[in-house]
Amino acid sequence: MFEQIEGSNAVAKCVALCRPEVICAYPISPQTHIVEGCGKLVKSGKLKNCEFINVESEFAALSVAIGSSATGARTYTATASQGLLFMAEAVYNASGLGLPIVMTIGNRAIGAPINIWNDHTDSMSMRDAGWLQLFAETNQEAADLHIQAFKLAEFLSMPVMVCMDGFILTHAYDRVDIPSQEKVDAYLPPFKPRQVLDPANPYSIGAMVGPEAFTEVRYLAHEKQQRALKIIPKIAKEFKSVFGRNSGGLIHNYKLDGAKTIVVTLGSVAGTVKDVVDRMRKKGKKIGVLSICSFRPFPKLEIRKALKNCKRIIVLEKSLAVGFGGVVANNVMMSMQGTGVHVHTVVAGLGGRPITQPSLKKMLQVAEKDELDDLTFLDLERKVVERELKRERVSQKSGPIAENILRDLAGLKEIKR
Amino acid sequence: MFQTRIHGRGGQGVVTAAELMSVAAFIEGRHAQAFPSFGSERTGAPVVSYCRINNKEIRTREPILEPDAIIIQDPTLFNSLDVFQGLKFDGYVLINSNKNFDELGIKDAIKKIPNKHACCVPATEIAIKHMGRPMPNAVLLGGFAAMSGLLAFKSVEKAIQSKFSGKIGDGNISAALAAFDIVKKTTVTKEKKGKK
Repeated sequence: MFEQIEGSNAVAKCVALCRPEVICAYPISPQTHIVEGCGKLVKSGKLKNCEFINVESEFAALSVAIGSSATGARTYTATASQGLLFMAEAVYNASGLGLPIVMTIGNRAIGAPINIWNDHTDSMSMRDAGWLQLFAETNQEAADLHIQAFKLAEFLSMPVMVCMDGFILTHAYDRVDIPSQEKVDAYLPPFKPRQVLDPANPYSIGAMVGPEAFTEVRYLAHEKQQRALKIIPKIAKEFKSVFGRNSGGLIHNYKLDGAKTIVVTLGSVAGTVKDVVDRMRKKGKKIGVLSICSFRPFPKLEIRKALKNCKRIIVLEKSLAVGFGGVVANNVMMSMQGTGVHVHTVVAGLGGRPITQPSLKKMLQVAEKDELDDLTFLDLERKVVERELKRERVSQKSGPIAENILRDLAGLKEIKR
Repeated sequence: MFQTRIHGRGGQGVVTAAELMSVAAFIEGRHAQAFPSFGSERTGAPVVSYCRINNKEIRTREPILEPDAIIIQDPTLFNSLDVFQGLKFDGYVLINSNKNFDELGIKDAIKKIPNKHACCVPATEIAIKHMGRPMPNAVLLGGFAAMSGLLAFKSVEKAIQSKFSGKIGDGNISAALAAFDIVKKTTVTKEKKGKK
């Protein structure tokens, strides 16, 4: 049934429809309303046979999730930003042990400087931790991906992160179709664990593995993700047959036919880019958008196939590999090896800076003239940067950069240090 | 697409106002997207929320830069920020105040938009009268429906009911209706059927 609902709340309802048996979370910033919504559904009795555990930290949240998943309980948690970093060790353990936990990341920046706003730095920091990572473009897709994520995770016995833009999606009220319990039950069978801690049939999970077998265990994790490239589209197709709409899959292509310039991106900004593309297409510009839904596993072949005939690729990403450039762009470049198609990186939206249509249009116009740099920071205030660089040149004791720039922007006098 | 920006202070239900507006549009079968300006929300600090209403899917996720309407829940904000920024030349302005534009010192800004596209309504007083609480958000939504002609009052009423039950819901609805009537008398309602 369609509802006008906050993204977080829509996800909470869909998670509940998946009949999780354990939900654990540390209910403090950086959290979203998702686990709060789940907690209410447990308390009100709408979500039955589910234990909601308030833990003492994010590290504990995922550790409890690992324990409960190992006993064969369908397990869910959510976090973001520093919360994800605080559970980092457990993130690797969950995937290393092959436990099918589903976790939402309400994507946010990582400090310092302290920043609570949206970008993709948090989930990108865990991109090589062995989890599958699915990025939602809309709140409908975020809701749908959770239903698909449990199926995917349990089929592979691997954990899945569903990444949705913090605030931009989690706090936005949109029209979302919340499916019926009957349909979700028909789509998602009960959890049949591949491994389970059971006193009646005891064995251990989590052996110490030396050089004699570590490579093989890691290889099998990689092999599993490669297999997921086949399973993700299959699961999305089955989803369509039950729920009647396209959600998930590896990539979403938009107006790629005959496109000379293709913007590659992930998450909710794809919607903004589509609006820009429509406007520019009307003026005869051959532009398209490819948004990546499955970032891990990374669909190299599918991306290569979709992009090989264009003239230039612009990877628009909300993440920065400091000292290198783009995180997503790096993956796209590897996919395009040998094709000769030029890949530009545009870093945008860091720490919640709005990505606006006028800025995107300007950037695309520059690209069409073949004048776009290999690495561009969208809407970077060059003058602000120059003034700080000058302060650093003038004095060895120029002080903290973040504070200096805030004073500068507020028009306050420099502090003599 | 019709885009509204709502200005107020933390504690005045600025985010809820945008949410209610989106629910009212949804009730009418339209697409709507409501979202807050994100920040560390504190009571009394300036807060902004946004609502887009359209007849087709809304894909863009940028903040509203050129609003068709601005709702100002707290007139003391005029001193600290340019609330009219980006307002379209044929836009609407609705202000929670018992003063007039001259007294508020915004006469010049109001001159830029068409006659009767702006209105002051004492939403806080109306709210206190009808429900004993100084919550101007739902009240102004009634005024907005009258001024813009974008939403039927019935939809606003249903949206309020879906969020607030019992006495609070009833109080908000009667207060919103009072604002609707005041604004209706002082502005020309332009039907925007099928447009934008």
